Amino acid sequence: MSNTGIGKRVKRKEDRRFLTGKGRYTDDINLPRQAFAHFVRSPHACAKINGIDASEALSQDGVLGVYTGADWVADQLGGLPCGWLVKSKNGADQVEPPHLPLAPEVARHVGDPVAVVIARTKELAKEAASMVEVDYDDMPASGTLAKAITPDAPQVWPDASGNVSFDWEVGDEAAQQAAFAEADRIVEIEVTNNRVIPNAMEPRAAVASYDPNADSYTLYTTSQNPHLIRLLLSAFVMQIPEHKLQVIAPDVGGGFGSKIYPYSEEVVCTWTSKKVGVPVKWTADRSEAFMSDAHGRGHITKAQMAVKNDGTMLAFRVETYADLGAYLSTFATATPTYLYAPLLCGIYKMKAVYANVKGIFTHTVPVDAYRGAGRPEATYLVERMVDKVAGELGIDRIELRRKNMIQKDEFPYQTPLIFQFDTGDFEACLDTALEAIDFAGFEARRAEAASRGMLRGIGVSTYVEACGLAPSAAAGALGARAGLYESAIIRVHPTGSVTVFTGTHSHGQGHETAFAQIVAEKLGMEVDNITVEHGDTEKISFGMGSYGSRSLAVGGSAISKATDKVIEKGRKIAAHLLEASADDIDFEGGEYKVKGTDKVLPFGAVAFTAYVPHNYPHEELEPGLEESAFYDPANFTFPGGCHITEVEIDPETGVVKVVDVAAADDIGTVINPMIVDGQVHGGLVQGIGQALYEEAVYDDDGQLKSGTYMNYTMPRAADFPMFKVGFHVTACTHNPLGSKGVGEVGSIGVPPSVINAVLDALKPTGVTDISMPATAQKVWRAIQEAKAAQAAE
Amino acid sequence: MSRVSLEVNGASVDVEVQPNTLLVQLLREKLDLTGTHVGCDTSQCGACVVHVNGQSVKSCSVLAVELEGAKVTTIEGLAQGGELHPMQQAFHEEHGLQCGYCTPGVVMSTVDLLKRNESPTEGEVREWLEGNICRCTGYHNIVKAVLSCADKMKAGDASAAE
Repeated sequence: MSNTGIGKRVKRKEDRRFLTGKGRYTDDINLPRQAFAHFVRSPHACAKINGIDASEALSQDGVLGVYTGADWVADQLGGLPCGWLVKSKNGADQVEPPHLPLAPEVARHVGDPVAVVIARTKELAKEAASMVEVDYDDMPASGTLAKAITPDAPQVWPDASGNVSFDWEVGDEAAQQAAFAEADRIVEIEVTNNRVIPNAMEPRAAVASYDPNADSYTLYTTSQNPHLIRLLLSAFVMQIPEHKLQVIAPDVGGGFGSKIYPYSEEVVCTWTSKKVGVPVKWTADRSEAFMSDAHGRGHITKAQMAVKNDGTMLAFRVETYADLGAYLSTFATATPTYLYAPLLCGIYKMKAVYANVKGIFTHTVPVDAYRGAGRPEATYLVERMVDKVAGELGIDRIELRRKNMIQKDEFPYQTPLIFQFDTGDFEACLDTALEAIDFAGFEARRAEAASRGMLRGIGVSTYVEACGLAPSAAAGALGARAGLYESAIIRVHPTGSVTVFTGTHSHGQGHETAFAQIVAEKLGMEVDNITVEHGDTEKISFGMGSYGSRSLAVGGSAISKATDKVIEKGRKIAAHLLEASADDIDFEGGEYKVKGTDKVLPFGAVAFTAYVPHNYPHEELEPGLEESAFYDPANFTFPGGCHITEVEIDPETGVVKVVDVAAADDIGTVINPMIVDGQVHGGLVQGIGQALYEEAVYDDDGQLKSGTYMNYTMPRAADFPMFKVGFHVTACTHNPLGSKGVGEVGSIGVPPSVINAVLDALKPTGVTDISMPATAQKVWRAIQEAKAAQAAE
Repeated sequence: MSRVSLEVNGASVDVEVQPNTLLVQLLREKLDLTGTHVGCDTSQCGACVVHVNGQSVKSCSVLAVELEGAKVTTIEGLAQGGELHPMQQAFHEEHGLQCGYCTPGVVMSTVDLLKRNESPTEGEVREWLEGNICRCTGYHNIVKAVLSCADKMKAGDASAAE
């Protein structure tokens, strides 16, 4: 029996070091004799580089070197690769331009690094970087997605005509058109999904060193997946053999997707550490992060839904332009295609869905997966559309959802777009959330608010997402260039304590606790006897890291399988010691027991025997007790649920105040309810942040207007009430834990509920549409315009 | 270079600093107290909050040369004799931290809040946290931790007075 096993609110093992200032983040690491890198970045969104004069910088005492894209090219090294091949509907591969870590000829976004200065001190590197003279020819730029898709827009890449990287489709268009022909009504909507900036609180950093004796490199970096960084640097970028490159992602201060990808800076630190002969360190400041971290979202979409007058949803047609930025980042092309469009059915039983997505280059920093990655964009579109359908047909929005949603007895459910959902109970989630927020009592609250001159509204959203990335064969068939399994090693020590090695990475998710709980449950011990190791390619054989809510569903399953192997080997050892057949040995509560007898052997005694094998079945077993597993999932997992938001708007100022939020999620088996609650809270705030506050604003010429916390609104504590978080669990059917994933549900489910609530509140004013973020200014303007329009009638 | 003598976490420190050296640079780069973090360059994120003479300040906004004779406490100096401060304990109990990066600043900031207001309302805690950005927790459990700490400290004071 474990008191700290699966389902327990175990306090986190990692907390103490963070609470006492003993966390070890990349910028906390200082190597002897280290030098510092400072990047020279393009101030232009598009500029030809005629030449770079570094002579003054190089003349400074303490400057060890200045390197440019030309040096990179001269070294015949590669570019940062894209991890997913998307094909256009005409069969052509995505246009995939080279992405060298330092732009050699043309800078293609503000912040694009064109040179690096390495110097003895951070201050000197910065000062010398200001002395590097770059001769630019400033050229016209496509600074926004809206501009990049206009007919005469400046071209980001010569071979991407119309700035299109791919023109992709999914779904049966003929079936969609046939369903449209049967419709009583076609409801249309246009939405944008605002481009946002991930803003993990720890800025990216890297410290790289080269050992000439071993001819090997060590790279400390702020990464969600150190093995993937090693693989990509080895196979594509620098051709360093993998056994000569150690990548360590120590404590990492949040990621949210932005720390998945290999970035120029860590590559350049690694490259230059050999050139200058001392370790090279770089840490972004926040302004640098704004213009060099991959951004998220950035869609413009037109969609039509075919419905019957009784509310039956027949089919959905979607056309989306997705902002890719200037270069293809690792998951840039997967995110707006396979992680987006297959979820456009939402939780609803539609006959046909057809989606066309055009991936568009812009003169901006690359756009890639950000918490939710494609699924928030799909959910936002579907749930805005459902409210619009309800409004046009005059049907209650809850009843419309109930009528069309997949019922709990209809699983497994094959959608018209690729996925087969294994389990779920969407209606139970809906009912849980409705009750939690007292939906029935809302009109009384609206009336009370109105008596104070305030506009109160309530908005509902349901969602289903696909995560637990991913079944490798299926992902490969869709264009993934990597496998997406996970590895684990369970090392039982001679005295019975355990070290778990996982290829996933924890940067806030609490794996050191939750993964220990899985092993504690299985081995009948407490988490204090178990340590979880992650984040170092020398310690852990391989792994694909953490993103796409995969760590528990995939990495946890690998841990579960490896632990099962430990138990099985132990059973054979116990059988030998207890002089019984292994088939007659049960393992329960940390003890091996001969069935129907009182002969027992604790797990610790078996572990000890494995390492002191005096009385041991040597002809059958090797000594030692350590097992590994690679787990490749059979399917994606499909968390789903319902989020409801209640807002109050001051019509005089346009300020939207979130007054209540209820979330009811089906995330599969819960390992640690405390951690899971926290994941939902954080996701909700990021989702509400996108809906109300956050936006990466570029002007048409590609200057980033929201480049600091002075003008990019981060959600603050005072913006929120306490959240009502509940669960209705149906276990995943195809992984050993039954877990689906929780990391992204908040940021996926909540945004449309916020905007639906805002529009519900604004109904008396005549406002019928508003885009994210629904800032006070935007809401106030919408109210004024509606007033003016009414006055004109 | 200027010389400055101050006390950091109870120990005397006598160092040479540049006129433009910030307190956070002194702590992280000269004294190896890396628990104090830097999350922005516009004095808004609050990851760098420490106490100077008992009051919370953003250490990115204070010059080291200003601190002659000052008493500075950082997150490393908050726990006493291996025992967590009640605020640290409350953050652990209530799961008030995830990635841990903003945590030192949030803890130092809210310790100061309870010195000024021993029983803040939820709204007062949220308003006080204006100067601290957290991207992981959604603030929910941070607020719970501060309120719980306030309750426990008051209960502790009451039982100590008995």
